[in-house]
Amino acid sequence: MNVNFGLLKELVGIYGPASNEKPIREYIENEIKDYVDEIEVDSLGNLIARKKGNGKKVMISAHMDQIGLMIIDIDDKGFLRFTNVGGISPYISISQKVVFENGTVGVIYHEPVGDISKLKLENMYIDIGAFSKEEAEKKVSIGDICIYKTDFEENENVVFTRYLDDRVGCFIAIEAIKNISNPVNDLYFVFSTQEEVGLRGAKTAAYKIDPDIGIALDVTAHGDTPKAKRFAVGLNKGAAIKVKDNSIICHPKIRELLVNIAKENEIPYQMEVLEFGGTDSGAIHISREGVPSGVISIPTRYVHSTVEMASKNDITNCLKLLIKFLENEINI
Amino acid sequence: MLLKELTEASGVSGNEKEVRDLIISEIKDYVDSYKIDRIGNIIAYKKGKDIGKKLMVTAHMDEVGLMIKDIDNDGFLKFMTVGGIDKRILVSKPVLVGKDKLPGVIGAKPIHLQKPDERTKALNIEELYIDIGARSKEEAEKYVSVGDYAIFDSEYIEFGEELIKAKALDNRVGCSLLIKLIREVTDISFYAVFTVMEEVGLVGAGPAAFEVNPDYAIILEGTLCYDMPKLDTHLIPTYLNKGPAISLIDRTTIYNKDLRNKIVEIAEKNNIPYQFRKTSMGGNDSGKIHTTREGSITATISVPCRYIHSPASVMSKKDYDNTYALLKEVLSQFKKEEL
Repeated sequence: MNVNFGLLKELVGIYGPASNEKPIREYIENEIKDYVDEIEVDSLGNLIARKKGNGKKVMISAHMDQIGLMIIDIDDKGFLRFTNVGGISPYISISQKVVFENGTVGVIYHEPVGDISKLKLENMYIDIGAFSKEEAEKKVSIGDICIYKTDFEENENVVFTRYLDDRVGCFIAIEAIKNISNPVNDLYFVFSTQEEVGLRGAKTAAYKIDPDIGIALDVTAHGDTPKAKRFAVGLNKGAAIKVKDNSIICHPKIRELLVNIAKENEIPYQMEVLEFGGTDSGAIHISREGVPSGVISIPTRYVHSTVEMASKNDITNCLKLLIKFLENEINI
Repeated sequence: MLLKELTEASGVSGNEKEVRDLIISEIKDYVDSYKIDRIGNIIAYKKGKDIGKKLMVTAHMDEVGLMIKDIDNDGFLKFMTVGGIDKRILVSKPVLVGKDKLPGVIGAKPIHLQKPDERTKALNIEELYIDIGARSKEEAEKYVSVGDYAIFDSEYIEFGEELIKAKALDNRVGCSLLIKLIREVTDISFYAVFTVMEEVGLVGAGPAAFEVNPDYAIILEGTLCYDMPKLDTHLIPTYLNKGPAISLIDRTTIYNKDLRNKIVEIAEKNNIPYQFRKTSMGGNDSGKIHTTREGSITATISVPCRYIHSPASVMSKKDYDNTYALLKEVLSQFKKEEL
């Protein structure tokens, strides 16, 4: 399978923090609109695209939102104070560049602190190079959200960049939409919003769609770096089939089905037992009367940093596994 | 004075009846229909111009308080907190216990008897008790049962140029604004919802939103205010007397940017002072409302309250009036279908 990693590079570069996903939504909509039968946007901003089929109603969810920093105050000298939108670490943020929706670039730094281990976001600020409050206010308003600004890097093995979480899931969903031509199942691809702040978009989308089966596509952690916490998922060991995380214990039949499909098609895979975190399936599986759900995870190093890293083979294998899963009749 | 009656009424989470009855008596002649739903929310409907979208305005009725969990052999009441209360504020506060509002005092070991290290630490809730003047367990049990609620005994007073001190301003101030809105705004259809058990996890709001299924919801709140002069401005969540606080983000909602911007525009156009709520701490009914069913668009507008969740919270009448003015303008923009 030829996978176009150029599209992934585009996707990680587009603005779309939680609650303000419009730019990425419009980009994805444009990318998929010729390949789907119906497309709509709901009140939380989820992009819901349907590829009609006669089989089971399947909701495939990849979240398009990113973690970011919301401006809550602009001081007299033009420095911006912020709060986190999703899981922002103060240590990772030190000296990182950020960019706003309008292109304004700034850098995050901190007040002098005696003990750096006590650093909190409230002691940090964003410097956009403005020399006064008035000048800053021309570029940024309270309530604006900025995102990390780093470059996309790749070699023959891996990509590393900001925001693989979860643009790599969006990438896999888009490629699946393009590669599935006559769906057996009734496919609802959801590019969900506000996952990073508590699976909020997936909750309302699942209610609306009322699916028979839910599948989320998202990054997971890694256990294969020096002295990493024990975790049986590593890069380049295949698509990760989730057993559990903090939001869900995946439906055993969905899990088995994914494993069987991987075996039959010789797609490398690994099982994922995650002791923290959660993703859209956590909201989907308890929607309405309950929805048997699973997750295909992309093993990723350094999640929620500015340099998340994943293996190209793993990404390709996740895509293959998803397509094979969706292409066949699903009996559970 | 309605706010006085509302704040002096008893309505700890799960026990909102007294407040609910008071609210119903205030609104029943001004709404087209109302009901108490199965969890205890008031869901009222006012018919006016149909804007083609369902609009819901909400305020929670409940307040933080105490619940009696045990009565000891000497007739002292052991209690737990219901909702977020700073345990350090409890010592020596007068309270009213149970339906009959039996007076009591939260007691503790006097300072004279405390060891030096005890004086530097807040007393654990296990070391506190409510003294209702009973001389034995048997005597106490004549008046109080395990499971009874207690509220702070705190009178509504006005002081300074424009300030009000009362208990339960969070969120009787929201209830009061919503009652006023029901009475005065007659030209647009909307649902007015008074919810239960917000303080223990936004419990009532979910079922109410499920039933009403709104397109838009405005949540009215009393919110935290800590405007001490030596603080950096970004650490001040809201100021007293700087107008209604418009929420940006909290633990349960990132507020819809377009609706928020329109509310700001309305305030500016009408010269109504406003401020942003500059903290992401806390949460409110919006969290449940905007994620119920297929989702809705929400905004929270709050009156800043100093010393919130205590027997003596403080707000400004000026902020109250400006919050009402903004709210009324927002509804009139909905009517013009500008929102």
